[in-house]
Amino acid sequence: MTELNKRAKQFMDALLHIDADRCSMLLDNLSSQGGDLRLVEDVVIPALEQIGVSWEGGDISLSQVYMAGRICERVVGRLLLENTCSIYGRPRVGIGVIEDYHALGKRMVISALRSSGYDLLDYGHGLKADDLVERALKDQLDILLISCLMLTSAVCVKDVVAGLRRAGSRVVVVVGGAPFRLAPMLWKEVGAHCMGSNSGEAVRIVRTLMEDRIWE
Amino acid sequence: MGMTSSQRLQIALSHREPDRVPYVLSANMHPARQMGLTIKEYFSRPRNVVEGQLKLHRMFGNDILCCYPFAALEILAWGGEALYCDNGPPNAGAPIIRRAEEISLLDPPEVAGNQPLQGVLQSTGRLKAAVGNDIPIAGVIISPTSLPIMQMGFGPYLDLIHERPDLLERLLLINTQYCVAWANAQLKAGAASILYSDPAFSPAIMSRDFILQYGLPTAVNVISRINGAVMIHMASGTGVPVVNEIFRAGFVGMSASAEEDLGALKSLCRGKLTLVGDLNALAMGSWRSEDIESEVKRAIALAGPGGGFVLSDNHGEIPLMVNEDILLAVADAVRRWGQYPLNWINAEDV
Ligand code: B12
Repeated sequence: MTELNKRAKQFMDALLHIDADRCSMLLDNLSSQGGDLRLVEDVVIPALEQIGVSWEGGDISLSQVYMAGRICERVVGRLLLENTCSIYGRPRVGIGVIEDYHALGKRMVISALRSSGYDLLDYGHGLKADDLVERALKDQLDILLISCLMLTSAVCVKDVVAGLRRAGSRVVVVVGGAPFRLAPMLWKEVGAHCMGSNSGEAVRIVRTLMEDRIWE
Repeated sequence: MGMTSSQRLQIALSHREPDRVPYVLSANMHPARQMGLTIKEYFSRPRNVVEGQLKLHRMFGNDILCCYPFAALEILAWGGEALYCDNGPPNAGAPIIRRAEEISLLDPPEVAGNQPLQGVLQSTGRLKAAVGNDIPIAGVIISPTSLPIMQMGFGPYLDLIHERPDLLERLLLINTQYCVAWANAQLKAGAASILYSDPAFSPAIMSRDFILQYGLPTAVNVISRINGAVMIHMASGTGVPVVNEIFRAGFVGMSASAEEDLGALKSLCRGKLTLVGDLNALAMGSWRSEDIESEVKRAIALAGPGGGFVLSDNHGEIPLMVNEDILLAVADAVRRWGQYPLNWINAEDV
């Protein structure tokens, strides 16, 4: 992670103080100087990524990450996403939770991605592996994100990967959530393409996959 | 005659060295599989749970027993449902508080006459009759500050904290009343002490402001009204930055997370708080025999000297996917390397 620029730092600071007004002011100020896309890439994304890293390092709490994501979604959404669903044409991204009723991880990943200018389809939670496969195929996703809290759910990712492969799909499966953080080899064992250990990392992963133009 | 588990724990909890490091392998769902029952069937009869806990003691030599089935029990007790699955613990069903405003009219369930809670009390009573004073039984409550994660859902709870502190305070008050009654009922039925499950006390989960403003005063209040010793368990959440608060609240011990340095935690807790942990239950399933040995030795070397340590997994529940052979090898390694005095520690570079 490169050192945060001054603006990203100010923005992150405002987010961690749950100061939505200051966040809006900072962004409005920068936005008036032009380039909403640059604003997201230079300020919002680095701030969110750093927040994720700080959580993993034990410096801030999950509740702060959650509140930061919510504020960010609101203030950035107002700037960017009012008329268009995503500032990028591709990739097509979807997210779901299988065999598990815990949806906070998914919510936080959605917040981080939406604040970074990516829209994504939310398939909800408590899904069966087959349902998720069907929906990913129908929507011709490029990237399928799966969030798990329970180990039983993490293990079911195997069935999703197998179902997608059987159908000849090349969709990239990215996983995250507590069991993957605590059992670092698990993502490989279930056949995922990669795993992210915090919601900010979801942004980095999607961006890298986008730069690699994985759908081509 | 050797020490009983109760004697061993009592000495360890008073920060002295008993005959060996006490341990508990919380394979609470494994007996269901051995008895050919589904998780739901197993936990629905007190008789099964009593038999299962005795089995765990015989198989692994657990020094602590526990009749508490799973966290979603609390939601059953509050009129909600548990969503069972075959190869793991159930999840809590839909939140029992759907809109924050409902908190104004919420009443806690009475322990007497509440069927899910009475089932646990019956198991505890019968298990106590079977083991007498030899093996302690731990009671469990989910703390007033962590319970809302299941009562409302995690996101809505975090929103409540920031948006409706008035309703938050009322909810914590209701939950405190419930938790105190539930803890004391378990003690009365035969539990020797209470595990206060509170991941919301972990700075990995909640902000320091929240912990100081709500977590700490709530814990102080609950502990002062529980008729027995209380230990905090943060469900594998980290705890180094809140050791002082945990001590100040009046807990006698705390969980140790696999995500933090056990040595650093021990130096903060030595002589003050007993540590319970810190084997990584999620990684355990893929341990080979050399991993088992080195993990057990690591934990004992860092936290065992001087007592004040109970070896266990870091979450208080070992997944069903970890097979019994691994658990037998862990138990064997603790008995081998956990004999006091731990002279091998200085002699070896661990
Ligand atoms: C708080 C907590 C509790 C609380 C509240 C639980 C809840 N949310 O409902 C209480 C005490 C009630 C509890 C109970 C239980 N718990 Co609990 N709990 C925790 C704890 C400490 C945090 C869980 C949490 O909600 N975190 C919030 C989420 C959002 O965090 P996260 O998943 O890590 O997500 C972050 C990143 O991983 C990432 N991310 C998430 N998804 C994705 C997806 C992608 C694509 C990417 C890139 C990133 C990403 O972004 C998030 C933010 O950065 C964890 C241990 C831990 N250290 O994490 C155990 C843990 C989740 N619990 C666990 C278990 C088993 C349970 C119970 C089933 C125990 C039981 N037998 O009853 C119950 C279930 C209760 C229920 N709700 O049904 C296990 C689950 C694994 C397993 N063994 O199966 C854990 C991991 C503990 C452990 N070490 O084993 N628990």
